[in-house]
Amino acid sequence: MEAVIFYALAAIILISAICVVFLRRPMHNVLFMIIVMVGLAAMFILLHAEFIGMVQLVVYAGAVMVLFLFVIMLLNLDQIRLPNDPRQARTWIGVSAALILLFFLFPVLRSFIPAVSAPSSASDVSNTELIARELFTTYLLPFEVASVLLLAAIIGTVLLARKRS
Amino acid sequence: MITLQHYLFLAAALFILGAVGVMFRRNLIVILMSLELMLNAVNLTFIAFSRYLGSIEGQIFVLFIMIVAAAEVAVGLAIAVAVYRQRGTVDINQVNLMKW
Amino acid sequence: MIELVWLIPVFPFIGFLINGLFGRNFPEKVIGWIGALSVGASFVLTVGIFLQLLGMPPEARAVQKVVYTWMLSGDLNVPIAFLVDPLSIIMLLVVSGVGCLIHIYSIGYMHGELGFRRFFAYLNLFVFNMLILVSANNFLLMFVGWEGVGLCSYLLIGYYYEKQSAADAGKKAFVVNRIGDFGFLIGIFLIFVTFGTLNYTDVFAAATGKLEQGGLIVTMITLLLFVGATGKSAQIPLYTWLPDAMEGPTPVSALIHAATMVTAGVYMVARCSLLYAMAPVSITVVAVVGGATALFAATMGITQYDIKRVLAYSTISQLGYMFMALGVGAFASGIFHLMTHAFFKALLFLAAGSVMHAMSGELDMRKMGALKSKLPYTHGTYLFGTLAIAGIFPFAGFFSKDEILFYSLLRHPAFWILGAVAAIMTSFYMFRSLYMTFYGESHVDHETAHHVHESPPLMTGPLVILAFLSLVGGLVGIPIIHGWHHFGDFLAPVFASAKNILDHGHAEHHSLALELVLMAVSLGIAFFGLFLARYMYVTKPSVSEKMVETFGPVHTLVYNKYWMDELYDVLFVNSIVKFSRLLWKYVDEGIIDGIVNGVASVTRNIGTGLRWLQTGLVKDYAFSVLLGVLAIIGYLVLK
Repeated sequence: MEAVIFYALAAIILISAICVVFLRRPMHNVLFMIIVMVGLAAMFILLHAEFIGMVQLVVYAGAVMVLFLFVIMLLNLDQIRLPNDPRQARTWIGVSAALILLFFLFPVLRSFIPAVSAPSSASDVSNTELIARELFTTYLLPFEVASVLLLAAIIGTVLLARKRS
Repeated sequence: MITLQHYLFLAAALFILGAVGVMFRRNLIVILMSLELMLNAVNLTFIAFSRYLGSIEGQIFVLFIMIVAAAEVAVGLAIAVAVYRQRGTVDINQVNLMKW
Repeated sequence: MIELVWLIPVFPFIGFLINGLFGRNFPEKVIGWIGALSVGASFVLTVGIFLQLLGMPPEARAVQKVVYTWMLSGDLNVPIAFLVDPLSIIMLLVVSGVGCLIHIYSIGYMHGELGFRRFFAYLNLFVFNMLILVSANNFLLMFVGWEGVGLCSYLLIGYYYEKQSAADAGKKAFVVNRIGDFGFLIGIFLIFVTFGTLNYTDVFAAATGKLEQGGLIVTMITLLLFVGATGKSAQIPLYTWLPDAMEGPTPVSALIHAATMVTAGVYMVARCSLLYAMAPVSITVVAVVGGATALFAATMGITQYDIKRVLAYSTISQLGYMFMALGVGAFASGIFHLMTHAFFKALLFLAAGSVMHAMSGELDMRKMGALKSKLPYTHGTYLFGTLAIAGIFPFAGFFSKDEILFYSLLRHPAFWILGAVAAIMTSFYMFRSLYMTFYGESHVDHETAHHVHESPPLMTGPLVILAFLSLVGGLVGIPIIHGWHHFGDFLAPVFASAKNILDHGHAEHHSLALELVLMAVSLGIAFFGLFLARYMYVTKPSVSEKMVETFGPVHTLVYNKYWMDELYDVLFVNSIVKFSRLLWKYVDEGIIDGIVNGVASVTRNIGTGLRWLQTGLVKDYAFSVLLGVLAIIGYLVLK
């Protein structure tokens, strides 16, 4: 059952990702990106990381992608058709290089750890609670620092995007 | 039986796709999206390792990556808007001030 | 107070710093008085130390004051340290005293000149270096001052650097001095190698033990040092820079000729009197070069029409006298003449500057004449200076010159003849310049004549003081009654050891009659020059023109300074220029530039080749990263 779900999700994610990278209309890219995000959220849940899966849905599939949509609509980018890159040869060299890299990666990944079967999450504590416990004890300081980072990002964004008179 | 390697392979494929997007797309917005794709691929490996090593740290890490990614997207898009205002295009090939 | 000797050079240096660094917005008066007062402060302090020194027993009159260790390397230990003894205190008095008067005079003279601040800054630096030179207690610190005055003379002679001739003159002074300095430096090296120390006291204390009388090493040391002296003090063969140094402003000439710079060589030889006494060959060379220069320069002085050039040749000639005095073993007389000469030569130059000031910059004596009534102060002071340099009783020059002639006769009559002939000429050309400038008929342009005016009190004040000094300066060394020769007695401890060697232990006794006869002779010589000049330039001006015609070729030869400059050009300058051009064209441009340019062009070609890698597009750089990752992982996999 798990295998079926995995392969189905993997297929959806990969195909959508290919569409994100290769389709020409930004609007399509965004929509397929949402599919990738949702697929990954499902994958996380499949990996018993329910909390992260939900955050993925809310933050990525929700907030971030909406932001992308906003910008595309705001700048009316969907109408823009960029001409073909004159450097076709380089593009193809690049793609083949990427494929060779992927080809090389597989044996490396295979040689990683001996594939142990997933330990059953036997604990009676929920995933969310576990994360919360870690986050607010061991990782409290990084967590607080992260909020400063977000504040900085907000200020930076406003500064960058505001109209200059 | 789905093993750790399956997830790693999927993540690697996603990462390479993202990298190809970053390198060969010319639209700044799409490049940002491809970047997100790469980040998500990394997230997937973290979660997979977290599962197969039975450690919660991987998930914590992913949470932080997401925070950073959200900040990065916000700033990146703001830059894209600023570039568009300045140059009237989001074609990254037109943004080549690094070579004077 | 003697402990404060290090402050003496520091005062002018502070003046230099203030004027040089902060004087941009100061008014002229402030700049001038900072300059003058800083040297004045040195003078006051020097007088204080001098009085203290007089209060000490004569044997104890040599105090060293170490300020700090400057260099310490192996055997070499050079402190910044000063030596106060009769010789250095007299030099300090002359340098700071005359220097101060020249500074005050300059405030009036340089009024309204461009670069007023620069002038005073250099002037202070000049005095600073000279004070260092004469107060140092070791050869290396002396060399610092020695080089410093060379630099300042270059800066000040080339003060009007927009003028080609001034820039050339500055360069010439610098280069000629460098030649001398080279010898001087080697001499210092040789001293260090021989004695292992550069301190005067140590060197002189060890000299009699370490060196044999008349040996090769001591002869070489003294000759090399003397090469330096000929450069600084403008002796044959390195005298050519001094006449050209007239391109600088007149106070500079006064400073160079009277207080600073040219006296350095005399001081140095006097300081090393013991070494010279030990090297009979060198001391004879000094005497011969001095005597020859005295005569040679005097002949050139006779024919010049430029009032400052006449004075310049007279300086060379008088310096020759001083060296002759040193060479015949009359060290105290040489220093005595140095001092009196400082008074009257500064006076003459400043008076000449005053004439120039009145004549709107005119220097040619043929275009002057009958200025006596228009410039009473200038005339009076110039007259005093002329009487002094000619050696007319009781002016300062009489005593010092007479003393030198006396000692020359004792050494060898030939020196006396050289000196006496030079004295006639000196008297003649000095009175000639006096008469041409202030007496006879006026040859002044109508235009200039309108503007002729006496100089302001700031300029005439120092003139009057110097005139007074020229009158009474000689009285400190009245020679007739031995007990009265305070100057010689005061200096005696410094030269005692040298005297001992030269006199072979027994002091000579000379008759009073001989002295009196010689005095009468030198007075007669001076008056002969005076009357000759009077006859030729006032009573019968046509005679001088007839003389020029009669001695046509000789006059041309002398007037053109024996074509010495041209001779040097042919002999040395041209060949060096040619050789340098060769070095420049082939070695420098060919090899050195070739290497440098080669490196540059190789780099540029590599850069051009690699240029295509730099597209300026971030994604291309990311692509490179991808290729890098591919290479690393490929290596790991295929390994």
